[in-house]
Amino acid sequence: MEVFWKAIAEGTRLLAHGDPYTYGIIALSLRVSGISLLIASAIGIPAGYLIGSRRFRGRSLVTAVVNTGMGLPPVVVGLVVYMLVSRSGPLSQAWTSWLGGIMPRILYTVPAMILAQVIISLPLVVGVTLAAVGSVPMDLRLQARSLGASGWHEAALTIKEARRGVMAAVAAGFGGIISEVGAVSMVGGNIEGSTRVMTTAIVLETNKGNFGKALALGFILIGIAFLIMNGMTWLQQSGGRYER
Amino acid sequence: MIDRLRESAAWRLIALTLVFVLAFTLVGCKKAEEPEEPAVEEEVVEPTALILASTTSTQDSGLFDVLIPAFEEAYPEYKVEVIAVGTGEALKLGENKDADVLLVHAKAKEETFVAAGFGTERRDVMYNDFVIVGPAADPAGIKGMTVAADAFMKIKTSGALFVSRGDDSGTYTKEISIWKASGETTPTATPTYQLAGKGMGDVLKMASEQAAYTLSDRATFLKLEGTLQLEVLVEGDKALFNQYGVIPVTDATNAEGAQAFMDWILSDEGQSIINEYGVEEFGQPLFIGNPS
Repeated sequence: MEVFWKAIAEGTRLLAHGDPYTYGIIALSLRVSGISLLIASAIGIPAGYLIGSRRFRGRSLVTAVVNTGMGLPPVVVGLVVYMLVSRSGPLSQAWTSWLGGIMPRILYTVPAMILAQVIISLPLVVGVTLAAVGSVPMDLRLQARSLGASGWHEAALTIKEARRGVMAAVAAGFGGIISEVGAVSMVGGNIEGSTRVMTTAIVLETNKGNFGKALALGFILIGIAFLIMNGMTWLQQSGGRYER
Repeated sequence: MIDRLRESAAWRLIALTLVFVLAFTLVGCKKAEEPEEPAVEEEVVEPTALILASTTSTQDSGLFDVLIPAFEEAYPEYKVEVIAVGTGEALKLGENKDADVLLVHAKAKEETFVAAGFGTERRDVMYNDFVIVGPAADPAGIKGMTVAADAFMKIKTSGALFVSRGDDSGTYTKEISIWKASGETTPTATPTYQLAGKGMGDVLKMASEQAAYTLSDRATFLKLEGTLQLEVLVEGDKALFNQYGVIPVTDATNAEGAQAFMDWILSDEGQSIINEYGVEEFGQPLFIGNPS
């Protein structure tokens, strides 16, 4: 048991002393997953609303594809993104044949990591949003429409009604990427000072046998996730208060 | 009126979410850039990235922590980015030209790689050796044996558990060559032979937890020894020799940097860093330079 207390103490020490290495990887984790979540939410919430509220042919197929996407193994996403952005990959070849010259390197950069994490979190955001939107009573939307609400008004009303679910969608997307290691390790390369994030640092410290430090970083990661998830819940509740 | 209020509440909620996400995104940006600032002020020219694909065992040994800063000091125009993967993946990265220079340890595969035109040349850099490690109780009774292949056979016939890397790594390649020397075909997974498919550090932990035998490079073992309940049982056989080679990738993005790295690591300066690494901590060097 003592080893866990030591790890918590070590984690606190790393934070309290402002260890630049630790703060660097925490900041990068937040930056990569934050930007990814922002992009995934901007695309995923409207997409989830459209799929969840409209009746169209192939809707059940689209829903099934989205739900399957919620279970995408991050390492497979990493492998696909790697093959896509590799210097021998299709993007690079297209660049050379259309624009000439060599494509600037994407592999082992933050944008490559963001691309992978957007792919991982997008189905999570879409899937949970569409389930939440689908549970909003049809009557409500029909009533809004009969009272002359425009499409935008109807969307706003529906998303407001489904706000808990939409928030859960954003939280699910965030949870899926902040803790993910397979994709960021493959396309980021875990390069110290440029693409090393918390999860890949934990793997590295574990491999080096520095269990204490690995565990300390793990606790910091859990602490950050707790704060952010709590912040989301707080926002959701303050939104509810405003309503009254 | 109520409708409008409700509507604005919904939008406010969404806006708040986005602002919140954006806020911690920006906080992330700011903090991430802080450590970079002094470097930018010092150097007018932005250093070019030099991608070094190497093995997890080399990175886990800690050698790069002293080797890379020394190289970057000698060549401030390059910023080395280390990608630590298995030898198989490192060679694949080189084949796809996603790495500029390789530092790996599977000589036969490296020669094939260069012969296929993926690398410009291959030079010996340094060596360390492999050791057969196992529990102190040594149920197979291999302690002190001098021929690695015989020790492997004895582990197998005794029915003791052996954990294999089971990946495409240099260590696994070495293990297979020892099995071949013992007259055994490549072993397949059995209850007493586990194919882990993991890095050296992970496999050593698995062996330790199960009181099993495994083959490890000495550097990784010495680094992790304190956290393991394993000891060196067989060492010194020439078959356990672990040669590292450096290969600049053909048509690499940073071909000049790759060449500079190879020349530097083979130079007296690079070699002396290699030969001194580990002496202070373990009383013996982890790697011995033998440049060709």
